[in-house]
Amino acid sequence: MSVRSKVIEAIQQIAKEQHVALPALSDDLSLHETGFDSLAFAILVARLEDEIGVDPFTISEDAAFPATVGDFVRAYENVPA
Amino acid sequence: MSPREIFALRDHLGAELKGRTISDAHDVVSLTDVLSHTVLGGRLCELAGRAVLLKLSDQLRSGLAMIELDGIARRMLLCPPDLNPAHLDSLIADAGIDAVVTDEPDRWVRTGVPLVVTAHLPLHATTPATSERATEWLMLTSGTSGVPKIAGHMLKALTGAIVAEGPTRGPAPVWATFYDIRRYGGLQIFLRAILSGGSMVLSDPHEALGDHVARLNARGVSHISGTPSHWRKLLMSGAAAQFAPAYVRLSGEIADQAVLDGLKAAFPNASVGHAYASTEAGVGFAVNDGLEGFPANYLGSRNGVEMKVVDGSLRIRSARTAHAYVGRNAAALTDADGFVDSGDIVELRGDRYYFVGRRGGIINIGGLKVHPEEIEAVINRHPDVRMSRAKSRRSPITGGIVVADVILTEGTDPARAKEIRDQILDQCRARLASHKVPAVIRFVEALDVTPAGKLARTDA
Repeated sequence: MSVRSKVIEAIQQIAKEQHVALPALSDDLSLHETGFDSLAFAILVARLEDEIGVDPFTISEDAAFPATVGDFVRAYENVPA
Repeated sequence: MSPREIFALRDHLGAELKGRTISDAHDVVSLTDVLSHTVLGGRLCELAGRAVLLKLSDQLRSGLAMIELDGIARRMLLCPPDLNPAHLDSLIADAGIDAVVTDEPDRWVRTGVPLVVTAHLPLHATTPATSERATEWLMLTSGTSGVPKIAGHMLKALTGAIVAEGPTRGPAPVWATFYDIRRYGGLQIFLRAILSGGSMVLSDPHEALGDHVARLNARGVSHISGTPSHWRKLLMSGAAAQFAPAYVRLSGEIADQAVLDGLKAAFPNASVGHAYASTEAGVGFAVNDGLEGFPANYLGSRNGVEMKVVDGSLRIRSARTAHAYVGRNAAALTDADGFVDSGDIVELRGDRYYFVGRRGGIINIGGLKVHPEEIEAVINRHPDVRMSRAKSRRSPITGGIVVADVILTEGTDPARAKEIRDQILDQCRARLASHKVPAVIRFVEALDVTPAGKLARTDA
Protein backbone atom coordinates (compact mmCIF):
# COMPACT_ATOMS: atom_id res chain seq x y z
CA MET A 1 0.00 0.00 0.00
CA SER A 2 1.37 3.43 -0.89
CA VAL A 3 2.13 5.99 1.80
CA ARG A 4 -0.66 8.15 0.40
CA SER A 5 -3.29 5.42 0.72
CA LYS A 6 -2.10 4.55 4.25
CA VAL A 7 -2.51 8.19 5.28
CA ILE A 8 -5.94 8.52 3.66
CA GLU A 9 -7.13 5.25 5.19
CA ALA A 10 -5.99 6.35 8.67
CA ILE A 11 -7.81 9.68 8.27
CA GLN A 12 -11.00 7.88 7.28
CA GLN A 13 -10.72 5.39 10.14
CA ILE A 14 -10.26 8.13 12.76
CA ALA A 15 -13.10 10.19 11.26
CA LYS A 16 -15.34 7.15 11.69
CA GLU A 17 -14.21 6.60 15.29
CA GLN A 18 -14.55 10.27 16.21
CA HIS A 19 -17.87 10.68 14.40
CA VAL A 20 -16.43 13.38 12.17
CA ALA A 21 -18.32 13.98 8.89
CA LEU A 22 -15.37 14.10 6.55
CA PRO A 23 -15.70 16.14 3.33
CA ALA A 24 -14.30 14.63 0.11
CA LEU A 25 -10.53 14.47 0.59
CA SER A 26 -8.60 16.41 -2.03
CA ASP A 27 -5.04 17.67 -1.95
CA ASP A 28 -6.06 21.29 -1.63
CA LEU A 29 -8.60 20.71 1.17
CA SER A 30 -7.34 22.65 4.18
CA LEU A 31 -6.77 20.50 7.25
CA HIS A 32 -9.03 22.84 9.17
CA GLU A 33 -11.91 21.87 6.85
CA THR A 34 -11.52 18.16 7.60
CA GLY A 35 -13.36 18.72 10.86
CA PHE A 36 -10.46 17.15 12.82
CA ASP A 37 -9.60 18.73 16.15
CA SER A 38 -6.10 18.66 17.63
CA LEU A 39 -6.81 15.38 19.46
CA ALA A 40 -7.86 13.72 16.20
CA PHE A 41 -4.65 14.95 14.53
CA ALA A 42 -2.61 13.73 17.49
CA ILE A 43 -4.19 10.29 17.11
CA LEU A 44 -3.55 10.35 13.36
CA VAL A 45 0.14 11.24 13.75
CA ALA A 46 0.65 8.57 16.45
CA ARG A 47 -0.98 5.83 14.38
CA LEU A 48 0.92 6.78 11.24
CA GLU A 49 4.15 6.70 13.22
CA ASP A 50 3.37 3.09 14.18
CA GLU A 51 2.22 2.18 10.66
CA ILE A 52 4.83 3.95 8.55
CA GLY A 53 7.58 4.20 11.14
CA VAL A 54 8.11 7.96 11.05
CA ASP A 55 6.73 11.08 12.65
CA PRO A 56 7.76 13.86 10.21
CA PHE A 57 6.62 16.57 12.64
CA THR A 58 8.95 15.52 15.43
CA ILE A 59 11.98 14.58 13.32
CA SER A 60 12.55 18.11 12.12
CA GLU A 61 12.63 20.83 14.72
CA ASP A 62 11.48 23.52 12.34
CA ALA A 63 8.92 21.54 10.35
CA ALA A 64 5.83 23.65 10.02
CA PHE A 65 2.59 21.75 10.46
CA PRO A 66 1.04 21.39 6.99
CA ALA A 67 -1.92 23.50 5.92
CA THR A 68 -3.63 21.14 3.47
CA VAL A 69 -4.28 17.43 3.08
CA GLY A 70 -1.80 17.38 0.19
CA ASP A 71 0.93 18.97 2.35
CA PHE A 72 0.17 16.48 5.10
CA VAL A 73 0.49 13.46 2.78
CA ARG A 74 3.70 14.85 1.24
CA ALA A 75 5.23 15.29 4.69
CA TYR A 76 5.09 11.48 4.99
CA GLU A 77 6.04 10.80 1.36
CA ASN A 78 9.14 13.00 1.58
CA VAL A 79 10.63 11.35 4.66
CA PRO A 80 13.37 8.91 3.65
CA ALA A 81 12.21 5.47 4.79
CA MET B 1 6.32 -1.65 79.90
CA SER B 2 6.87 -4.67 82.08
CA PRO B 3 7.94 -7.85 80.29
CA ARG B 4 4.65 -9.50 81.28
CA GLU B 5 2.79 -7.20 78.88
CA ILE B 6 5.04 -7.99 75.93
CA PHE B 7 3.38 -10.13 73.32
CA ALA B 8 5.82 -10.94 70.57
CA LEU B 9 5.56 -13.26 67.58
CA ARG B 10 6.91 -16.22 69.60
CA ASP B 11 4.06 -15.80 72.05
CA HIS B 12 1.61 -16.67 69.24
CA LEU B 13 3.45 -19.93 68.62
CA GLY B 14 3.29 -22.95 70.83
CA ALA B 15 3.87 -26.67 70.67
CA GLU B 16 0.19 -27.49 71.21
CA LEU B 17 -0.81 -27.19 67.53
CA LYS B 18 0.73 -30.08 65.65
CA GLY B 19 1.78 -30.30 62.02
CA ARG B 20 2.30 -26.58 61.40
CA THR B 21 4.96 -25.77 58.83
CA ILE B 22 6.55 -22.94 56.92
CA SER B 23 8.03 -23.94 53.59
CA ASP B 24 9.57 -22.67 50.40
CA ALA B 25 10.51 -24.46 47.18
CA HIS B 26 13.45 -26.20 48.87
CA ASP B 27 12.76 -26.69 52.59
CA VAL B 28 9.96 -27.45 55.02
CA VAL B 29 10.39 -26.25 58.60
CA SER B 30 8.11 -27.19 61.49
CA LEU B 31 6.41 -24.23 63.14
CA THR B 32 5.16 -26.47 65.92
CA ASP B 33 8.55 -26.74 67.63
CA VAL B 34 10.21 -23.70 66.06
CA LEU B 35 10.59 -22.02 69.47
CA SER B 36 13.12 -24.62 70.59
CA HIS B 37 15.19 -24.11 67.44
CA THR B 38 17.36 -21.33 66.07
CA VAL B 39 18.17 -20.10 62.56
CA LEU B 40 20.73 -17.70 64.07
CA GLY B 41 23.19 -20.36 65.20
CA GLY B 42 22.15 -19.77 68.82
CA ARG B 43 23.42 -16.15 68.74
CA LEU B 44 20.06 -14.49 69.46
CA CYS B 45 21.26 -13.17 72.85
CA GLU B 46 23.98 -11.13 71.09
CA LEU B 47 21.25 -9.33 69.13
CA ALA B 48 19.21 -8.32 72.19
CA GLY B 49 18.47 -4.60 72.21
CA ARG B 50 20.13 -4.02 68.84
CA ALA B 51 18.91 -2.41 65.62
CA VAL B 52 19.15 -5.35 63.24
CA LEU B 53 19.24 -5.30 59.46
CA LEU B 54 17.62 -8.45 58.07
CA LYS B 55 19.42 -8.95 54.77
CA LEU B 56 18.85 -12.49 53.57
CA SER B 57 18.60 -13.97 50.11
CA ASP B 58 15.49 -16.02 50.89
CA GLN B 59 12.15 -15.57 52.60
CA LEU B 60 12.25 -18.76 54.69
CA ARG B 61 15.28 -17.77 56.76
CA SER B 62 13.93 -14.20 56.89
CA GLY B 63 10.64 -15.39 58.38
CA LEU B 64 12.38 -17.65 60.89
CA ALA B 65 14.70 -14.81 61.90
CA MET B 66 11.70 -12.48 62.38
CA ILE B 67 10.13 -15.03 64.75
CA GLU B 68 13.35 -15.19 66.78
CA LEU B 69 14.18 -11.49 66.77
CA ASP B 70 10.73 -10.09 67.57
CA GLY B 71 10.64 -9.28 71.28
CA ILE B 72 14.45 -9.43 71.56
CA ALA B 73 15.93 -6.89 69.10
CA ARG B 74 15.19 -3.18 69.59
CA ARG B 75 14.24 -2.85 65.95
CA MET B 76 14.55 -4.90 62.77
CA LEU B 77 14.69 -3.56 59.24
CA LEU B 78 13.30 -5.96 56.63
CA CYS B 79 15.10 -5.76 53.29
CA PRO B 80 13.02 -6.87 50.30
CA PRO B 81 14.92 -8.83 47.63
CA ASP B 82 14.88 -6.05 45.05
CA LEU B 83 16.44 -3.46 47.35
CA ASN B 84 18.98 -1.42 45.41
CA PRO B 85 22.35 -2.14 47.14
CA ALA B 86 23.34 1.49 46.51
CA HIS B 87 20.71 2.53 49.08
CA LEU B 88 21.98 0.28 51.88
CA ASP B 89 24.44 2.72 53.47
CA SER B 90 21.83 5.41 53.68
CA LEU B 91 19.24 3.03 55.18
CA ILE B 92 21.77 1.68 57.70
CA ALA B 93 22.53 5.22 58.86
CA ASP B 94 18.86 6.24 58.96
CA ALA B 95 17.82 3.22 61.01
CA GLY B 96 20.90 3.35 63.30
CA ILE B 97 21.68 -0.26 62.36
CA ASP B 98 24.30 -1.92 64.62
CA ALA B 99 23.88 -5.56 63.60
CA VAL B 100 23.10 -7.54 60.48
CA VAL B 101 21.58 -10.97 60.02
CA THR B 102 22.74 -12.33 56.69
CA ASP B 103 23.54 -15.47 54.72
CA GLU B 104 26.49 -13.75 53.07
CA PRO B 105 28.71 -12.82 56.05
CA ASP B 106 31.76 -12.25 53.81
CA ARG B 107 30.05 -9.22 52.29
CA TRP B 108 29.80 -7.55 55.69
CA VAL B 109 33.46 -7.69 56.65
CA ARG B 110 34.88 -4.14 56.92
CA THR B 111 31.47 -2.48 56.42
CA GLY B 112 31.49 -0.89 59.85
CA VAL B 113 28.44 -2.84 61.07
CA PRO B 114 29.76 -4.08 64.45
CA LEU B 115 27.89 -7.39 64.65
CA VAL B 116 27.32 -9.86 61.82
CA VAL B 117 25.23 -12.97 62.51
CA THR B 118 24.84 -15.70 59.92
CA ALA B 119 21.44 -17.29 59.42
CA HIS B 120 21.48 -20.89 58.27
CA LEU B 121 19.40 -23.96 57.74
CA PRO B 122 18.84 -26.57 59.01
CA LEU B 123 17.83 -25.16 62.38
CA HIS B 124 19.79 -26.01 65.53
CA ALA B 125 18.16 -26.95 68.82
CA THR B 126 18.24 -24.19 71.41
CA THR B 127 16.61 -23.09 74.64
CA PRO B 128 13.42 -21.11 73.91
CA ALA B 129 13.89 -17.36 74.47
CA THR B 130 11.57 -15.09 76.44
CA SER B 131 10.23 -11.86 74.92
CA GLU B 132 11.92 -8.85 76.53
CA ARG B 133 10.62 -5.83 74.69
CA ALA B 134 8.26 -4.62 71.96
CA THR B 135 10.44 -4.66 68.85
CA GLU B 136 10.01 -1.94 66.25
CA TRP B 137 9.48 -3.37 62.75
CA LEU B 138 10.98 -1.22 60.01
CA MET B 139 9.57 -1.73 56.53
CA LEU B 140 10.58 -0.11 53.27
CA THR B 141 8.03 1.61 51.08
CA SER B 142 7.71 0.14 47.61
CA GLY B 143 7.43 3.52 45.94
CA THR B 144 9.25 4.92 42.97
CA SER B 145 12.94 5.55 42.39
CA GLY B 146 15.25 7.05 45.00
CA VAL B 147 15.98 5.77 48.49
CA PRO B 148 12.86 4.06 49.86
CA LYS B 149 11.31 5.50 53.00
CA ILE B 150 11.43 3.53 56.24
CA ALA B 151 8.06 3.11 57.95
CA GLY B 152 8.12 2.08 61.62
CA HIS B 153 5.48 -0.38 62.88
CA MET B 154 4.82 -2.22 66.12
CA LEU B 155 3.57 -5.82 66.05
CA LYS B 156 0.30 -4.70 67.66
CA ALA B 157 -0.32 -2.34 64.71
CA LEU B 158 0.77 -4.91 62.13
CA THR B 159 -1.61 -7.51 63.53
CA GLY B 160 -4.50 -5.15 64.36
CA ALA B 161 -6.65 -6.17 61.39
CA ILE B 162 -5.93 -9.88 61.89
CA VAL B 163 -6.92 -9.78 65.58
CA ALA B 164 -10.04 -7.70 64.75
CA GLU B 165 -11.23 -10.29 62.21
CA GLY B 166 -10.94 -13.03 64.79
CA PRO B 167 -10.00 -16.65 64.15
CA THR B 168 -10.90 -18.29 60.86
CA ARG B 169 -13.65 -20.85 61.02
CA GLY B 170 -12.97 -24.48 60.24
CA PRO B 171 -9.56 -26.13 60.03
CA ALA B 172 -6.41 -24.02 60.46
CA PRO B 173 -5.69 -22.35 57.11
CA VAL B 174 -2.65 -22.99 54.97
CA TRP B 175 -1.68 -19.54 53.76
CA ALA B 176 0.29 -18.59 50.69
CA THR B 177 1.05 -15.35 48.94
CA PHE B 178 2.64 -14.31 45.68
CA TYR B 179 4.19 -11.43 47.60
CA ASP B 180 7.53 -11.49 49.35
CA ILE B 181 6.94 -11.52 53.12
CA ARG B 182 9.47 -8.71 53.56
CA ARG B 183 6.94 -6.34 52.00
CA TYR B 184 3.84 -5.14 53.83
CA GLY B 185 1.35 -7.20 51.77
CA GLY B 186 3.36 -10.39 52.22
CA LEU B 187 4.15 -9.76 55.87
CA GLN B 188 0.41 -9.50 56.56
CA ILE B 189 -0.03 -13.03 55.23
CA PHE B 190 2.97 -14.40 57.16
CA LEU B 191 1.51 -12.88 60.35
CA ARG B 192 -1.92 -14.29 59.53
CA ALA B 193 -0.42 -17.77 59.18
CA ILE B 194 1.29 -17.47 62.57
CA LEU B 195 -1.66 -15.93 64.44
CA SER B 196 -4.22 -18.29 62.89
CA GLY B 197 -2.45 -21.43 64.05
CA GLY B 198 -1.93 -22.43 60.43
CA SER B 199 0.91 -23.02 57.99
CA MET B 200 2.64 -20.86 55.39
CA VAL B 201 3.86 -21.61 51.87
CA LEU B 202 6.35 -19.04 50.57
CA SER B 203 6.82 -17.93 46.99
CA ASP B 204 10.07 -18.22 45.05
CA PRO B 205 10.92 -15.68 42.36
CA HIS B 206 12.91 -18.26 40.39
CA GLU B 207 10.11 -20.80 40.19
CA ALA B 208 7.89 -21.14 37.11
CA LEU B 209 4.25 -20.31 37.79
CA GLY B 210 3.07 -23.82 36.94
CA ASP B 211 5.57 -25.35 39.41
CA HIS B 212 4.54 -22.81 42.03
CA VAL B 213 0.86 -23.75 41.67
CA ALA B 214 1.76 -27.46 41.82
CA ARG B 215 3.57 -26.77 45.10
CA LEU B 216 0.62 -24.77 46.46
CA ASN B 217 -1.58 -27.78 45.72
CA ALA B 218 0.84 -30.29 47.18
CA ARG B 219 1.00 -28.32 50.44
CA GLY B 220 -2.78 -27.95 50.62
CA VAL B 221 -2.93 -24.16 50.40
CA SER B 222 -6.42 -22.94 51.32
CA HIS B 223 -5.92 -19.16 51.63
CA ILE B 224 -3.87 -17.12 49.19
CA SER B 225 -3.19 -13.48 48.41
CA GLY B 226 -1.55 -11.45 45.68
CA THR B 227 -1.81 -8.25 43.69
CA PRO B 228 -4.27 -8.02 40.78
CA SER B 229 -1.19 -8.25 38.50
CA HIS B 230 -0.12 -11.50 40.19
CA TRP B 231 -3.62 -12.89 39.74
CA ARG B 232 -3.92 -11.81 36.10
CA LYS B 233 -0.65 -13.59 35.40
CA LEU B 234 -2.00 -16.73 37.05
CA LEU B 235 -5.25 -16.54 35.08
CA MET B 236 -3.26 -16.10 31.85
CA SER B 237 -0.98 -19.04 32.58
CA GLY B 238 -3.76 -21.62 32.54
CA ALA B 239 -2.29 -23.05 35.78
CA ALA B 240 -5.32 -21.90 37.77
CA ALA B 241 -7.31 -24.90 36.52
CA GLN B 242 -5.50 -27.28 38.87
CA PHE B 243 -5.92 -25.10 41.94
CA ALA B 244 -8.94 -24.74 44.25
CA PRO B 245 -8.30 -22.41 47.19
CA ALA B 246 -11.10 -21.55 49.63
CA TYR B 247 -10.13 -17.88 49.95
CA VAL B 248 -8.57 -15.63 47.35
CA ARG B 249 -7.41 -12.16 48.39
CA LEU B 250 -6.25 -9.21 46.30
CA SER B 251 -4.40 -6.15 47.55
CA GLY B 252 -1.66 -3.73 46.61
CA GLU B 253 -3.24 -2.46 43.39
CA ILE B 254 -6.73 -1.52 42.28
CA ALA B 255 -8.89 -4.65 42.03
CA ASP B 256 -11.11 -3.87 39.06
CA GLN B 257 -14.34 -5.68 38.29
CA ALA B 258 -12.72 -7.66 35.48
CA VAL B 259 -10.12 -9.33 37.69
CA LEU B 260 -12.67 -9.97 40.46
CA ASP B 261 -15.03 -11.61 37.94
CA GLY B 262 -12.14 -13.52 36.38
CA LEU B 263 -11.14 -14.99 39.75
CA LYS B 264 -14.73 -15.84 40.65
CA ALA B 265 -15.05 -17.71 37.34
CA ALA B 266 -11.71 -19.50 37.81
CA PHE B 267 -12.39 -20.41 41.46
CA PRO B 268 -16.18 -20.82 41.69
CA ASN B 269 -16.02 -22.30 45.20
CA ALA B 270 -13.72 -19.67 46.68
CA SER B 271 -14.53 -16.47 48.53
CA VAL B 272 -12.87 -13.66 46.60
CA GLY B 273 -12.09 -10.49 48.55
CA HIS B 274 -9.98 -7.42 48.02
CA ALA B 275 -8.24 -5.58 50.81
CA TYR B 276 -6.98 -2.04 51.05
CA ALA B 277 -3.64 -1.67 52.79
CA SER B 278 -0.35 0.13 52.45
CA THR B 279 3.01 0.12 54.22
CA GLU B 280 2.21 3.48 55.80
CA ALA B 281 -1.57 3.33 56.32
CA GLY B 282 -1.68 -0.30 57.44
CA VAL B 283 -4.73 -2.43 56.69
CA GLY B 284 -7.72 -0.17 56.03
CA PHE B 285 -10.51 -2.56 55.14
CA ALA B 286 -11.52 -5.65 53.22
CA VAL B 287 -14.33 -5.83 50.65
CA ASN B 288 -16.03 -9.18 50.28
CA ASP B 289 -19.14 -8.46 48.19
CA GLY B 290 -17.41 -9.29 44.92
CA LEU B 291 -17.61 -5.73 43.62
CA GLU B 292 -14.84 -3.26 42.84
CA GLY B 293 -14.50 -0.17 45.02
CA PHE B 294 -16.05 0.03 48.48
CA PRO B 295 -19.36 1.12 50.00
CA ALA B 296 -19.52 4.83 50.80
CA ASN B 297 -20.52 4.04 54.37
CA TYR B 298 -17.01 2.69 55.01
CA LEU B 299 -16.04 6.34 55.51
CA GLY B 300 -16.23 7.58 59.05
CA SER B 301 -15.32 5.31 61.91
CA ARG B 302 -15.60 1.57 61.42
CA ASN B 303 -13.86 -1.41 63.08
CA GLY B 304 -11.26 0.83 64.67
CA VAL B 305 -10.36 2.58 61.40
CA GLU B 306 -11.35 6.15 60.59
CA MET B 307 -11.42 7.16 56.93
CA LYS B 308 -12.17 10.39 55.12
CA VAL B 309 -11.63 11.78 51.64
CA VAL B 310 -9.84 15.11 51.34
CA ASP B 311 -8.98 16.65 47.95
CA GLY B 312 -9.94 13.34 46.36
CA SER B 313 -7.50 11.18 48.28
CA LEU B 314 -8.27 8.60 50.95
CA ARG B 315 -7.02 9.49 54.45
CA ILE B 316 -6.77 6.91 57.21
CA ARG B 317 -6.34 7.13 60.97
CA SER B 318 -6.14 3.98 63.05
CA ALA B 319 -3.99 2.06 65.50
CA ARG B 320 -2.86 -0.06 62.52
CA THR B 321 -0.92 2.59 60.66
CA ALA B 322 2.84 2.92 60.85
CA HIS B 323 3.76 5.18 63.77
CA ALA B 324 6.45 7.21 61.97
CA TYR B 325 8.88 7.47 59.12
CA VAL B 326 12.31 6.67 60.49
CA GLY B 327 15.47 8.46 59.44
CA ARG B 328 17.68 11.50 59.65
CA ASN B 329 15.42 13.66 57.47
CA ALA B 330 12.19 11.73 57.92
CA ALA B 331 9.01 13.58 56.97
CA ALA B 332 5.90 13.47 59.11
CA LEU B 333 3.88 10.34 58.43
CA THR B 334 0.53 11.82 59.43
CA ASP B 335 -1.10 15.21 59.38
CA ALA B 336 -1.67 17.15 62.60
CA ASP B 337 -4.82 15.10 63.28
CA GLY B 338 -3.05 11.77 62.90
CA PHE B 339 -4.41 10.88 59.45
CA VAL B 340 -2.15 9.20 56.86
CA ASP B 341 -2.70 10.55 53.35
CA SER B 342 -2.70 7.38 51.24
CA GLY B 343 -2.21 9.24 47.94
CA ASP B 344 -4.88 6.94 46.49
CA ILE B 345 -7.48 8.94 44.61
CA VAL B 346 -11.10 7.82 44.96
CA GLU B 347 -14.27 8.93 43.23
CA LEU B 348 -17.85 8.65 44.53
CA ARG B 349 -20.31 7.15 42.03
CA GLY B 350 -23.71 6.36 43.49
CA ASP B 351 -23.28 4.84 46.93
CA ARG B 352 -19.80 3.48 46.30
CA TYR B 353 -16.28 4.84 46.13
CA TYR B 354 -14.02 3.69 43.32
CA PHE B 355 -10.24 3.89 43.19
CA VAL B 356 -9.15 5.85 40.15
CA GLY B 357 -5.38 5.90 40.60
CA ARG B 358 -2.38 7.20 42.50
CA ARG B 359 -1.90 10.92 42.98
CA GLY B 360 1.74 10.49 41.91
CA GLY B 361 0.78 8.38 38.87
CA ILE B 362 -1.08 11.05 36.95
CA ILE B 363 -0.11 11.41 33.30
CA ASN B 364 -0.50 14.70 31.51
CA ILE B 365 -2.51 14.65 28.30
CA GLY B 366 -2.60 18.01 26.56
CA GLY B 367 -2.64 19.76 29.92
CA LEU B 368 -5.35 17.49 31.34
CA LYS B 369 -4.67 15.11 34.22
CA VAL B 370 -5.35 11.46 33.54
CA HIS B 371 -5.10 8.40 35.81
CA PRO B 372 -3.89 5.46 33.70
CA GLU B 373 -5.65 3.01 36.06
CA GLU B 374 -9.03 4.49 35.19
CA ILE B 375 -8.44 3.77 31.49
CA GLU B 376 -7.12 0.27 32.18
CA ALA B 377 -10.22 -0.57 34.24
CA VAL B 378 -12.42 0.25 31.21
CA ILE B 379 -10.21 -1.69 28.77
CA ASN B 380 -10.09 -4.69 31.14
CA ARG B 381 -13.89 -4.92 31.01
CA HIS B 382 -13.65 -6.32 27.48
CA PRO B 383 -14.16 -10.10 27.78
CA ASP B 384 -11.15 -10.88 25.57
CA VAL B 385 -8.75 -8.68 27.57
CA ARG B 386 -6.69 -10.12 30.41
CA MET B 387 -4.50 -7.17 31.35
CA SER B 388 -3.64 -3.72 30.08
CA ARG B 389 -1.42 -0.75 30.70
CA ALA B 390 -2.19 2.82 29.69
CA LYS B 391 0.57 5.39 29.42
CA SER B 392 1.33 8.68 27.79
CA ARG B 393 3.25 9.10 24.57
CA ARG B 394 4.56 12.44 23.43
CA SER B 395 2.72 14.05 20.58
CA PRO B 396 3.89 16.95 18.42
CA ILE B 397 0.29 18.16 18.29
CA THR B 398 -1.07 17.97 21.84
CA GLY B 399 2.08 17.35 23.84
CA GLY B 400 0.84 13.94 24.93
CA ILE B 401 -1.68 11.26 24.02
CA VAL B 402 -2.85 8.09 25.73
CA VAL B 403 -1.67 4.80 24.32
CA ALA B 404 -2.46 1.36 25.70
CA ASP B 405 -0.71 -2.00 25.66
CA VAL B 406 -3.18 -4.85 25.92
CA ILE B 407 -2.80 -8.57 26.62
CA LEU B 408 -5.62 -10.66 25.21
CA THR B 409 -6.91 -13.74 27.01
CA GLU B 410 -5.20 -16.99 26.20
CA GLY B 411 -6.46 -18.60 23.00
CA THR B 412 -7.88 -15.46 21.40
CA ASP B 413 -7.85 -15.77 17.59
CA PRO B 414 -5.30 -13.22 16.28
CA ALA B 415 -7.56 -12.64 13.27
CA ARG B 416 -10.03 -10.92 15.63
CA ALA B 417 -7.50 -8.27 16.69
CA LYS B 418 -9.00 -5.47 14.61
CA GLU B 419 -12.53 -6.27 15.71
CA ILE B 420 -11.46 -6.38 19.38
CA ARG B 421 -9.53 -3.12 19.01
CA ASP B 422 -12.63 -1.40 17.64
CA GLN B 423 -14.77 -2.81 20.46
CA ILE B 424 -12.30 -1.65 23.11
CA LEU B 425 -12.25 1.83 21.58
CA ASP B 426 -16.07 1.93 21.47
CA GLN B 427 -16.14 0.87 25.11
CA CYS B 428 -13.62 3.59 26.03
CA ARG B 429 -15.52 6.28 24.10
CA ALA B 430 -18.74 5.33 25.88
CA ARG B 431 -17.20 5.55 29.36
CA LEU B 432 -14.31 8.01 29.19
CA ALA B 433 -13.75 11.64 28.25
CA SER B 434 -12.33 11.88 24.73
CA HIS B 435 -8.78 12.80 25.81
CA LYS B 436 -8.65 9.61 27.92
CA VAL B 437 -9.54 7.31 25.02
CA PRO B 438 -6.36 5.58 23.82
CA ALA B 439 -5.13 6.94 20.49
CA VAL B 440 -3.29 3.73 19.80
CA ILE B 441 -3.90 0.22 21.13
CA ARG B 442 -1.09 -2.28 20.81
CA PHE B 443 -1.53 -5.98 21.53
CA VAL B 444 1.41 -7.38 23.48
CA GLU B 445 2.41 -10.79 24.85
CA ALA B 446 3.50 -9.58 28.30
CA LEU B 447 3.60 -6.53 30.54
CA ASP B 448 6.32 -5.88 33.11
CA VAL B 449 5.40 -6.43 36.74
CA THR B 450 7.70 -5.03 39.46
CA PRO B 451 9.25 -7.29 42.11
CA ALA B 452 6.57 -5.90 44.45
CA GLY B 453 3.93 -7.43 42.18
CA LYS B 454 2.64 -4.20 40.69
CA LEU B 455 2.30 -3.28 37.05
CA ALA B 456 5.50 -1.42 36.09
CA ARG B 457 4.78 2.23 35.31
CA THR B 458 8.15 3.57 34.29
CA ASP B 459 6.80 6.76 32.79
CA ALA B 460 4.45 7.53 35.68
